Amino acid sequence: MRVRDKRLNLQDVTVSFDGFKALNQLTLYVDPGELLCIIGPNGAGKTTMMDVITGKTRPDSGTAEFGGDINLLEMSEAEIVEAGIGRKFQKPTVFEQLTVFENLELALAGVRSFLKTLRARITVPQNERINEVLEIIGLSRMREAPGRILAHGQKQWLEIGMLLMQNPELLLVDEPVAGMTPQEIERTSELLLSLAGEHSVVVVEHDMAFVRSIARRVIVLHEGRVIAEGNMDKVQQDPRVIEVYLGV
Amino acid sequence: MFRLWSTRKGGDQGGVWFLAVLAVVAIAVPVLNRLVPASSAAHVSAFGITLIGKYLCYGMLALAVDLIWGYCGILSLGHAAFFSLGGYAMGMYLMRQIGPRGVYGNPILPDFMVFLNYKSLPWFWYGFNHFPFALVMVVLAPGFLALVFGWFAFRSRVTGVYFSIITQALTYALMLAFFRNNMGFGGNNGFTDFKDILGFDLHSDSTHLVLLVVTAAALAASYMACRAIVDSRAGRVIRAIRDAESRTRFLGYPVESYKLWLFVFSAVIAGIAGALYVPQIGIINPSEFSPINSIEAVIWVAVGGRGTLYGAVAGAVLVNYAKTYLTGAFPEIWLYALGALFVLVTLFLPRGIIGLVSGQSKERPDPKPVE
Repeated sequence: MRVRDKRLNLQDVTVSFDGFKALNQLTLYVDPGELLCIIGPNGAGKTTMMDVITGKTRPDSGTAEFGGDINLLEMSEAEIVEAGIGRKFQKPTVFEQLTVFENLELALAGVRSFLKTLRARITVPQNERINEVLEIIGLSRMREAPGRILAHGQKQWLEIGMLLMQNPELLLVDEPVAGMTPQEIERTSELLLSLAGEHSVVVVEHDMAFVRSIARRVIVLHEGRVIAEGNMDKVQQDPRVIEVYLGV
Repeated sequence: MFRLWSTRKGGDQGGVWFLAVLAVVAIAVPVLNRLVPASSAAHVSAFGITLIGKYLCYGMLALAVDLIWGYCGILSLGHAAFFSLGGYAMGMYLMRQIGPRGVYGNPILPDFMVFLNYKSLPWFWYGFNHFPFALVMVVLAPGFLALVFGWFAFRSRVTGVYFSIITQALTYALMLAFFRNNMGFGGNNGFTDFKDILGFDLHSDSTHLVLLVVTAAALAASYMACRAIVDSRAGRVIRAIRDAESRTRFLGYPVESYKLWLFVFSAVIAGIAGALYVPQIGIINPSEFSPINSIEAVIWVAVGGRGTLYGAVAGAVLVNYAKTYLTGAFPEIWLYALGALFVLVTLFLPRGIIGLVSGQSKERPDPKPVE
């Protein structure tokens, strides 16, 4: 297991689309092993921030570093994944006709070319890793079930599991509990809490109750910049946050 | 814990049955032709041998179509083009074998070239007097066409119905080209009047029996190769591409390269099928390229059942048996019957005849797993 010691640093990042500043000198950091929640109204720049970190969008100015020596702005999306940053999109897409196990198998880091996968066999450590991830995401008993029969929440967990197969240092999770039942939300918070420590986790979420249940540190974004930071209680009492959220 | 869903792990039962039936056919047909007197109802005539051999060749073509359509979702409506190219490569060898026994008695030039006033053999005919060279071309000609065509199509991310349409255009263009006399492939008459293959008389029953057994063996080998591919991790990537292409790409798999490899392999199987078809049928002409042939192959697969491999072969044999019967008994209704069959299967048997046999023809709602 490699040492989790990379700190994500965004410094003065600005992204503008046709003059509209999606991110306006955004500065934030994520410590190794930390679970950070980012909230903010629509258009606050949450998705754009994720896009910058994963290389999908290039900022006009500013820096984005992962660890002391990795400059994310000079890397392709694939290289950033390789460097240990995984992203879960909002809408879960698992492979419906493949079993849960096979979904995780395809997500395994390693061979990708046709001629190599033709001969690829699952090694004992790989099998253990898949079982370990099945345990973490709570789908051990669904191992041989095809993806299409999973409930919405289970698909989300499988997707997180597929992310874990790449063994990332930093997980970016976009709205993990949208559309989930209260029980599923509860299990998702347990899952994300258990991942923190081993991985750094950044969660973007609208659901306040959910954020309250998992967050140690919360960042509130508005119009492309950080307007409040701290624990949930502190953030909720911040007058600017109240103004943005409630329009008072 | 209850097993509420079926998994296909634990051996390929249908495939074992399929290979067993194929072995029985390869043994029974020679026995019934040689040892059973012609007066008996169980006797297989020379016509019967050729017919069964033809069905097996079509079965191989259906297998090739199912590999890319059933498993990767690539609907090729031009696979008869690869079949025909393999057939033409074999036909060129058979033409050269005729030698001075042709109508015009020219030892080098096939009859049609003498007729069309060719002075010498075109360069692309060189080497076809050697059987091994012809075999290499049987693989290379369709394989290379599929490589070039697939490379452009997949690299440009041409998918779905657009891909199907350009494969139709491909086979149609080849048909028009092969119809031209100055292409050097015999124009609309194609190749025929073959004498022998590797020195064995193509008019004798025993040669046809050997060709039938070779075809059955080639079909079995192709089946096992396809099965090995779809059961490997590459096969799971291929099914993942069929179900969620961009997600597969996002996991880091080079989707275009998977499609290209599979398409080329499928074209090669189709080409070998065509090469086995020509000596048994005794003729190859440009009508083999006609778009309807490729569409028929897709119907065989749909009728048999997509994504099982052996279902495609079963569909090819059944539909062609029906075709042999109906075009004899009621020639004018065959195309309507074929169209109706396709509609009915699509509506009521989405998993084809194989789905009916395995008792899961209808998509049942999946049971909720037990928590």
